[in-house]
Amino acid sequence: MQDRRPAYFAWFILPSVFLAVALVASLASLFQYSFREYIPGSIKVGDFTLANFGRMGSWVYLRVFIDSLLLSACTAAANLILGYPLAYSLVRSKSSLLKSTILITTIVPMFTGDIVRTYSWLVVLGKNGFINGTLKAAGIIDTPLELLYTPLGVTVALVQYSLPVMVIILAAAISHIDVAYEKAAASLGAGPLRVFWNVTLPLTMPGILSGTVTIFAWTLSAFATPQLVGGGKVNMISNMVYQLGFSNFDFPFAAVLSMAALALIFAILGLMSLGMRRLERVGLH
Amino acid sequence: MDRLLRVLYGVLIGATLIYVTLPSLVVVVTAFSDKALLMFPPTGFSLKWFERAWTYDDFRKGMVNGLIITAWASCIALAVGTMAAFVIERFEFTGKRTLEAVLLSPLVIPHFTLGIAMLILASEISLSRTFSLVVACHVILVLPFVMRSVYVSLKNIDPALERAAASLGASPFRVFMKIDLPLLAPGLAGGWLFAAILSFNEFTATLFVTGQRTQTLPVAMYTYVREYADPTMAALSSMLIAVTVLFLVAANRWLGLERILSIEARH
Repeated sequence: MQDRRPAYFAWFILPSVFLAVALVASLASLFQYSFREYIPGSIKVGDFTLANFGRMGSWVYLRVFIDSLLLSACTAAANLILGYPLAYSLVRSKSSLLKSTILITTIVPMFTGDIVRTYSWLVVLGKNGFINGTLKAAGIIDTPLELLYTPLGVTVALVQYSLPVMVIILAAAISHIDVAYEKAAASLGAGPLRVFWNVTLPLTMPGILSGTVTIFAWTLSAFATPQLVGGGKVNMISNMVYQLGFSNFDFPFAAVLSMAALALIFAILGLMSLGMRRLERVGLH
Repeated sequence: MDRLLRVLYGVLIGATLIYVTLPSLVVVVTAFSDKALLMFPPTGFSLKWFERAWTYDDFRKGMVNGLIITAWASCIALAVGTMAAFVIERFEFTGKRTLEAVLLSPLVIPHFTLGIAMLILASEISLSRTFSLVVACHVILVLPFVMRSVYVSLKNIDPALERAAASLGASPFRVFMKIDLPLLAPGLAGGWLFAAILSFNEFTATLFVTGQRTQTLPVAMYTYVREYADPTMAALSSMLIAVTVLFLVAANRWLGLERILSIEARH
């Protein structure tokens, strides 16, 4: 059965080949568009040109890339700090109530969808929103704090957005360590901090690496959160692409930025798999 | 020292859980406000925003469009993904690795890149922004999730069962229908459900490929947020959050989310 191809083979594989071709074709037409001349005010594109790539060097767009990278880095770091304890308790806690509380509360935002999640943050961070309203009612502030449309606000919303994924990746890594290692270290007299630092942390290094990099790459492709919470003042690559496409109809340059984002993400994931291989060779895995 | 650490650890976990849940709670409270402006704390109680959310035309149309698109996309992805994953897992053929890599690539390709790429391809081949374009886009996006759940279920099927059926004279197609498909069923149900939820909620790529006529609920909600600031969105969000929570609590009780997400501890 392994080598003989049954009659249904072609029928089973054809639909997926068709989809794969459509996917490759759409990326190819994106690539092709990045070389086309932009005709201002028109959806039509002109002849082939290299001019679009020259515009990448402009400070406006470089700035968007730098901002996107910084936001993603902060988000990934905050995810690691907040996600690790949650993941640890999720796997190791003896209370099943705590376990299911952690599981349900961290997972819910993942399933409510981008818009509900992002809208919620508008209500929390807004000028008359939850934080400002509460602080004002408590007499702590007189003028509302600027939280919406700031990098801080966007990061706070982005971290909540990606935390479920981080917790799932870290929890999987932690659940793979044998509890005996930690027990052995503790029985030999190591305190909880030392057990964590010398045993648990090194053993979960592959999970930490893959979690952090995954969140970093994931945040780089975020759209709804920076679009609404950033409100045009904090722009990531995706927002620039949308604006170029749908406000200016500058699809050629939007294509250039999209391709650049794709290349950046592939480079980051490629570096990660190199790093993972090194970690495995060192023998930490 | 030990006690202090334990307290700090507990506080960190508690604070993180509050941080994650707070937005949903605030939205639910806001939904019952009687003012047309988002204000905190709310000053009165009213159900009118729920009524408006329920009767608002764009939300109704978005809901119907979304359900149609989700039904088609998740079922097509289930059929195509199951067949592809089965053939890739069980047979050798040229281009197998490439095909698999392409089919799984939407996991890492940003959704805005995919959205704009599909939009450009559609305009290149003079396809307008129809339902089939949105469905095709969603099928490509959710296919990797179906394929992964089929892979996991296929690994748990003992090949001896297939061999036994084949040695008793069943044709390969009959083996697939009578042995593999029934054993795959629970995994397929999980994959289909996941695909349906993702498709219904997908926003970024959908925003690029939908038009006025085909817009889904998330796109209609996005448009609403940009135009109005009243708590109608809060009411709609509360309803969606409530459905999601009920659904996840049920899934956790009967299926075990930890098993689905494969984060069970090994003792």
